[in-house]
Amino acid sequence: MTTATARISRPGHTAAKPSRDAKSRERALAWARRAPLLPALVFLILVTQLPFVVTLIISFMNWNSLSPDKTAFAGLENYVTVLTDPDLRQAIFTTILLTVSVVLISLIIGLGLALLLDKKFIGRGLARTLLIAPFLVVPVAAALIWKHALLNPTYGLINGVLTWVWSLFGSAPAPQLDLLSQAPMMAVILSLVWQWTPFMMLVLLAGLQSRPMDTVEAAQMDGATPWGIFRHLTLPHLRQYLELGGLLGAIYIVQNFDAVFTLTAGGLGTANLPYAIYQTFYFANEYGLASAAGVVVVIGTIIVATFALRTVFSLFKKEAAR
Amino acid sequence: MSTLTPDAPQSTPPGPTALNTGSRKRGKSRMDPTRNNTAAGIAAWLLALLFAVPVLWMVLTSFHSETDAATNPPSIAANLTLDAYREFFGETSGVSPWPSLINSATASILSTVLVLLLAFPAAYALSIRPVKKWTDVMFFFLSTKMMPVVAAILPLYLFARAVGALDNIWFLILMYTSMNLPIAVWMMRSFLAEVPEEMLEAAQIDGANLLLILRKIIAPVAMPGIAATALICFIFSWNELLLARVLTGVVAGTAPVFLTGFVSGQGLFLAQVCAAAVVISLPVLFAGFAAQDKLVQGLSLGAVK
Repeated sequence: MTTATARISRPGHTAAKPSRDAKSRERALAWARRAPLLPALVFLILVTQLPFVVTLIISFMNWNSLSPDKTAFAGLENYVTVLTDPDLRQAIFTTILLTVSVVLISLIIGLGLALLLDKKFIGRGLARTLLIAPFLVVPVAAALIWKHALLNPTYGLINGVLTWVWSLFGSAPAPQLDLLSQAPMMAVILSLVWQWTPFMMLVLLAGLQSRPMDTVEAAQMDGATPWGIFRHLTLPHLRQYLELGGLLGAIYIVQNFDAVFTLTAGGLGTANLPYAIYQTFYFANEYGLASAAGVVVVIGTIIVATFALRTVFSLFKKEAAR
Repeated sequence: MSTLTPDAPQSTPPGPTALNTGSRKRGKSRMDPTRNNTAAGIAAWLLALLFAVPVLWMVLTSFHSETDAATNPPSIAANLTLDAYREFFGETSGVSPWPSLINSATASILSTVLVLLLAFPAAYALSIRPVKKWTDVMFFFLSTKMMPVVAAILPLYLFARAVGALDNIWFLILMYTSMNLPIAVWMMRSFLAEVPEEMLEAAQIDGANLLLILRKIIAPVAMPGIAATALICFIFSWNELLLARVLTGVVAGTAPVFLTGFVSGQGLFLAQVCAAAVVISLPVLFAGFAAQDKLVQGLSLGAVK
């Protein structure tokens, strides 16, 4: 065995020896290939990785900029506070609730819309354009519109329409909603679902349109019911698109700041972690605590992201294999 | 039997084929049920209108007077006026939104240019002439995007304060560049990967230089994708609020920051808010509809075609 491997490796070994030139040329070539990549890589490491390392360090420090003389190493104290402080614990819970509910609801509505738009009908292009519009309103502007023009209890459109409909059917006073003060979490979820459903719809529609139609037609010819086709052909095919939409959506919604900031200013239990962190360092000046909370968000995101990366990777591999 | 296409049974799952061999002909009539499509069309249109109502209402209200805007039930057919836009542009208050709009445009456009300058060579080294382990590099880029902004914002804020870069538009431009760079690399790689390999090889054999290859072979195929990447980066920068709010102030404040400070609850302001929202969303609406064809591929980072 040993002689055999030695004999095989020898020709390669001897061939490589005289060509040190070739080797260094190869190395130069590899660097020439890498060169275009370097500016982007170096820039990103400097601007994103380095600050996070600093965050990590600050998270172990007791640092309030209002009393700088008390700055000291704090060990895990900040992390204990993040996980035990009722406000911050509430923020963790709110972040999870907000992300999960927005992603799930907008995925379900997006799936319904994608299935409808997959069929041919008059004005399909225009309907698709109308459906994309919510995604193309600046998030702060969208949140302001929801707060003042739609959900406002006295003159918002939703209550206005309720009054109008009730007045058509008699004189009984119409029920009036006040989501912003009675169910603020629902107001935030509602506005975010409205903004994110178009994204889910676009991803799922692309998935539907990449579906191999011959199997669907064959199943139809075999008398499969529409529900059967959906359940056994469409849904399995859409699975990775559902995952992709859900996980990309989750990565953005976990970080949401605009809607919470504008709609409720974090009041009444709607402060998610990004908002709470903003408050902690911007107004309370608790740098150590804010950093620890930031690290907690990163850990949470890494958990979600591992799944996201796996999904993106499977689609990516399929494309690379093509 | 001869009417059946020969490959149809092969692609059918084995179960149903065995069970329903008799009903093939009848099943075929179900294939284009036009009535079903009408129902789907009506449902789709109703839902599309429902989703568009907030946008349409925003536009309509922006053309109403403040008193007509704040009625219950809503006054849909009220007279149209440009008063709200005049107010938004500071006719009575004297506070002009123009500096913030210009800041937003500067930050979005310049950061997009920087992103393209950095991302194009990187995407080239990840697709056309890929480095070894290029997939690992791709996932490193993506992983930086998964880190929430809040996890890095404090050091960035402290750094900016230490070097006197707070309320400086250039610092914001650098932040937006790093925010969009990973996505742009992914999008561009997916668009550059569509350049046919045979054409690249043929050009290299013919001795074409890099510039010629870029211009004659890569640009025609990848240009729409690069344009879409630029538009999407522009949108993300234009929309951004958290970084702008923390890192800028009076001088370098962007339009979203202006918008959050705009509502101070002085009397009736609903039409003004709508006018402001319309003005600030217009660039995004234009950019988004211009990129519509490539929007999905870009936003899904090239995973979806």
